[in-house]
This record gives sequence, C-alpha cells and structure tokens, in this order.
Amino acid sequence: MNTLLDHLVVLPILLPLAAGALMLMFDDRQRVTKAFINVFATALHLVICVMLVVQAANPTDLLAASYPIGNWPVPFGIVLVADRLSAMMVLLASVLGISALVYSLARWHAAGPNFHTLFQFLLMGLNGAFLTGDIFNLFVFFEVMLAASYGLALHGLGLARIKAGLHYVAVNLGASFLFLIGAALIYGVTGTLNMADLASKVATIPELDRGLLEAGAAFLGLAFLLKAGMWPLGFWLPTTYAAASAPVAAVFAIMTKVGVYAVLRLSTLAFGIEAGASAGLGQTVLQIGGMATIAFGAVGVLASQTTARLAGYCVLVSSGTLLAAIGMGNAFVTGGALYYLVISTLAISAFFLIVELLERIRIAGADVLAITLEAYGDDEEDIENDEIGLAIPGALTMLGICFALCVLLLAGLPPLAGFLGKFAIISALFNPHGLTEAAIITPASWWLASLMIFSGFAALVALTRTGISTFWATMSDTPAPVRVIEIAPILLLLGLTVVMTVLAGPVMDYMYVMAENLHSPAIEIGNILATPLVGEVLP
Amino acid sequence: MELVLAIGIGVLTSCGVFLMLRPRTFQVIIGLSLLSYAVNLFIFSMGRLMVGAAPVTASGTIDPTHFTDPVPQALVLTAIVIGFAMTALFLVVMLAARGVTGTDHVDGREQR
Repeated sequence: MNTLLDHLVVLPILLPLAAGALMLMFDDRQRVTKAFINVFATALHLVICVMLVVQAANPTDLLAASYPIGNWPVPFGIVLVADRLSAMMVLLASVLGISALVYSLARWHAAGPNFHTLFQFLLMGLNGAFLTGDIFNLFVFFEVMLAASYGLALHGLGLARIKAGLHYVAVNLGASFLFLIGAALIYGVTGTLNMADLASKVATIPELDRGLLEAGAAFLGLAFLLKAGMWPLGFWLPTTYAAASAPVAAVFAIMTKVGVYAVLRLSTLAFGIEAGASAGLGQTVLQIGGMATIAFGAVGVLASQTTARLAGYCVLVSSGTLLAAIGMGNAFVTGGALYYLVISTLAISAFFLIVELLERIRIAGADVLAITLEAYGDDEEDIENDEIGLAIPGALTMLGICFALCVLLLAGLPPLAGFLGKFAIISALFNPHGLTEAAIITPASWWLASLMIFSGFAALVALTRTGISTFWATMSDTPAPVRVIEIAPILLLLGLTVVMTVLAGPVMDYMYVMAENLHSPAIEIGNILATPLVGEVLP
Repeated sequence: MELVLAIGIGVLTSCGVFLMLRPRTFQVIIGLSLLSYAVNLFIFSMGRLMVGAAPVTASGTIDPTHFTDPVPQALVLTAIVIGFAMTALFLVVMLAARGVTGTDHVDGREQR
C-alpha cells in the first residue's frame, strides 16, 4: 500500500476535483489554458478508468477492489468499491466525458462562464456515485453531480434553458429530500449506512421493523427512479435534455443511467435472494413502471416535433428497457441489459451531438413539416428539382453515415450492437434458465419483449422520417460547415459501438460474469466487510 | 416529546408539499425550504430522541444508553449544508427566470 496504484480506486474522484479546483484559479479570459487543463485531466481520467476496468476484470485481485477512505474500518467509515459494474460505469462516463469535451471545444465552451470547472465537477459526482459503497455518501455525490448539472443545463442561457432548468432544479431538489428520508429510515432501522453491511443485516431485521425498512428502501427507490426518468416521474426529462446545449446533453445521457445503476446496485445487493422476507422488493413496480416508460417513450419518439426532443424520448425508452429488465431479477436478463446499457448510452450520446449538426443543414420547422406532410399529404410533389447531379458534400455524407449508424443502434437493427443487446435481453426472457433448460414464459416476459420490439419500430419510423426530411428533402443550399473536432467525438462513440459489435463475445462474457456476481452478492459483501486497512497485517 | 416532534414534522411537510405545488416560484422556494426543515428534523429523530445526553462518548468502558447517537447529527449537518446550498442555487435560477420571462409563474407564462 505505498504506490499510487494502490489508490487507483479513489483517483477518478480526486483527479476531477483537483482539476476543477485548479481551473477556478484562472479567469474566464484564459479559456485556452482552461481547455488545455480540462482535456489533459479528462484524458488522464480515461487512462485511470481503463486501468480500473482491467483491475476489476482480474478475478484474483478481489481484495484490492474496495478502498477504505481515511483508513477507517469498514462498517464505520466510508468505503469505495470498484467491482466490474462500477468500473464499467466509470469508464463509460469518462468516454462520454472526453467526447463531449472535445466537441464543446469547437464552440460551446465559450458560451458561458466556468464551463470547464463545472464539467470536471460533474465527472467527479458521477464517478463518486458509481464508486461509493455507502448510502449517505451516495447522496453527497448525487448532490455534487446535480449541482454541476444545474449549472451545465443552464450553460448558454436562453429562454428555453431557463424555463426547463427551473423545473429540473425543483424536481431534483424534491427528489433529494426523498433520498434523505429513505436514507434516514434505513439508518433508523438497521443502524448502518454501509451498503454491504446493510445487505448482511436485511435478512435478520425483526418482523415489526421490516415495514419501515421497506418504506425506506421505497423512498430511496423513488429518488433513483426519478433520476432514471421512470414513467410517471420522468416528464421533466425530454424538455431538459432537449433544451441543454449539445455537449451537455451528450454527458447527461449517462445521468439517467446513474439512477438505473443505483436501483440495480441496491436491489441486487440488499434485496437479492439472501434478503429473507424482503427478497425481490419492488420488482413488480420496476417491471410495470419500466414497461410503461418504454410505451410512453415510444409514443413520445413518434410524436416529437424536434430532433432534440426525439433524442430525449430515446433516453426514456432506454431507461424503461433497463428498469423493466432489472425488474425481472434474472442474471441472464441483467447481463443482456448491461450490454444494452453501454450501447444505448453511447448511441444516445452520439445522437445528441449529431442532432446539433443536423440543425445546421435544415430549414427551421422541418420536423413539424415532416409530420404535417405525412398527416395531410404532400401537395407539391411535382416541384422540379434543378439540382440533380450536384455532388453531395463530404460533410453531409459523413453526417449521413453517422446518422444511419445511430438509427441502426437506437432502433436495435442488425448488424450493429443495438440489435445484439436487445436480442440478448429477449433471448434471456424466453430462456430464463439458460438455453438448455425449458422454462415457463411469464406474461411479463411476453409484454416486455413485444414492447421492446414495438419501441424499436417506433424509433425506426421516427428516425427514418427525420433522416428523409433532413438529408433528402433539405432545402438549404449551402453545405454544412462541420469541423473535424465536431465529427471526431461522434466517430469515437460510434466506433466504440462497432468495436463492441465485433467483440460481442468477450464483452458479453464480461457482462454475464458481472450479472452473475450482482445476483449472488455474498462473496462481494464478505470482501467489502473484510477490507484491510493500511498498515494492517492480513490474517 | 415524540408527539410534538411528529406533529411538527407533519405540519412542516404538508405545508411544504402544498407550497411546492403552487404556481409561483416564490411559493415553490418557500415550500422547498419548509420541506428541507422537515426532512432535517426527521433525520435527527432517526437517532432516537433523548434529553440531556451527549453524542460524544468518554474513553473507557461506557454504557451506550447514556449517550445519544452521533451519526444522525453528523448526517443532519451535511443535509443542512447541502439543502441550503441547493436552495440558494434554485434562487439564482428563479431570479434568472423572473428576469428573462418577466413573470414569476413556474411555467414562465401566465395561465390564460
């Protein structure tokens, strides 16, 4: 415990904190310096996260995965845990971070004060929320993340952002109070805030107190589901995301996944099979709520009149799919859902970035026009087109390819990974005990599978309509001015999904081991509770 | 004492929720403040109520029934600070909204 590598788990939190604080020292006129620090810190952060994932994938090194902050013994002090799931989420956050940051350097980072500092604090909050093993500490990191996100959501100001921001802040403040009530209730009943300690105590709670404990867990769940945007708690989401500036919305794509992550973490850790009478708490709510979210999101996707709003509803569809899949409480379904989580987050983030570039090549109100044209018929089909034979500019081709890739990913069509993720979930729904064993398929599985296919169809229809009205019916004469640093992050995000498609086998194996560990948490609970302190000799 | 505290928390919460659902931003922020007081009291009460007991234990063997639980007191301090900061942040957004939209309605426009 002497090298920097031993402190690897805490670095994803400390690095953004230090970088963000350092950038506060500079005036906003020195934006280039700030941008340089920010890019350097985020790139270093990406390297650290990759190391964290490699460390977490190494099964012999389980003990190093938990880190007692300040060297306090575990159930009393705060512990950070970097298992496979946390490491993967942190890596995902840093990938989105670096691509959104590079994109923002083209234009957006100059649209308001302190963009770079807020950006680093958002990363810090995200990483902390993914890594912490303590419920109250989770609350603190949620607030760090939210405080930064309030600033970023308003970045660039403007009427739409302020109006959406007001609702966003109010809703999330309410959610924070629910979180506090839940955490206090759980502490009041079990006397612990450590997640692993809580998990080991849930089964032995006296029958009289069980109601209170479950009420506390339900309050926590409400706060998480509000972040995840579950219907009917997610009405704030499409408006806020559509109003936010493109790079900010691209990072926000992972904020809903924080809620999903917290639900997955607590429901499998504390209310898994070993929880006695409380096992499987809230699974029905997750199933029904998740499916309602998919349906609401799919209808929203079809009805959206702007592409940014459409992307916001895609976030809802992805959240709903994940929540309903988690609600199934089956390791195979969870494994598929984790793969889908990564793919859909990357795709939605890329889509938010593309949306802004698309807006530059189309006339205002083209979305409304597309819907009206479909509803009332196009009377002007015979307009002569003088531009036949005009070469499509390179930028337009590039955007078109990226857009098509996004459509394939979001609609879940082969050959890309969006299809593989959905296929893995649906296949696991119909074979809950693996491919070799026959099983009874529950009605919930049928519903979820059909809703997932329906939502994919809805996304395909809506996105194709947008694509036609943007690329084929574009009425702007000038080719889109797109810079390399704007298209490169999109290519990075989409390239990663292609890599995940090609390497689907090993990635899926990683996910299945992760899901397996999540659904049988006994070993991990034991490991966390036995976290060695620095200077302590291992028995 | 339990009854007084419970009624106090209940009154604060109900007023807070009522005000939060009102259409003026000022009412919303007062509602959020009341709600945060209620939540802070609630966290405090989760350490069980005791009169005249210290949260800091002396060294040596002690009888825990003579001391009050220090953890909720630490939690409530954190919650107060965070809640206060977030309310101040909300105030800034609220003032920006008032300045840009010219109305204090939460939707940025008066209902017709």
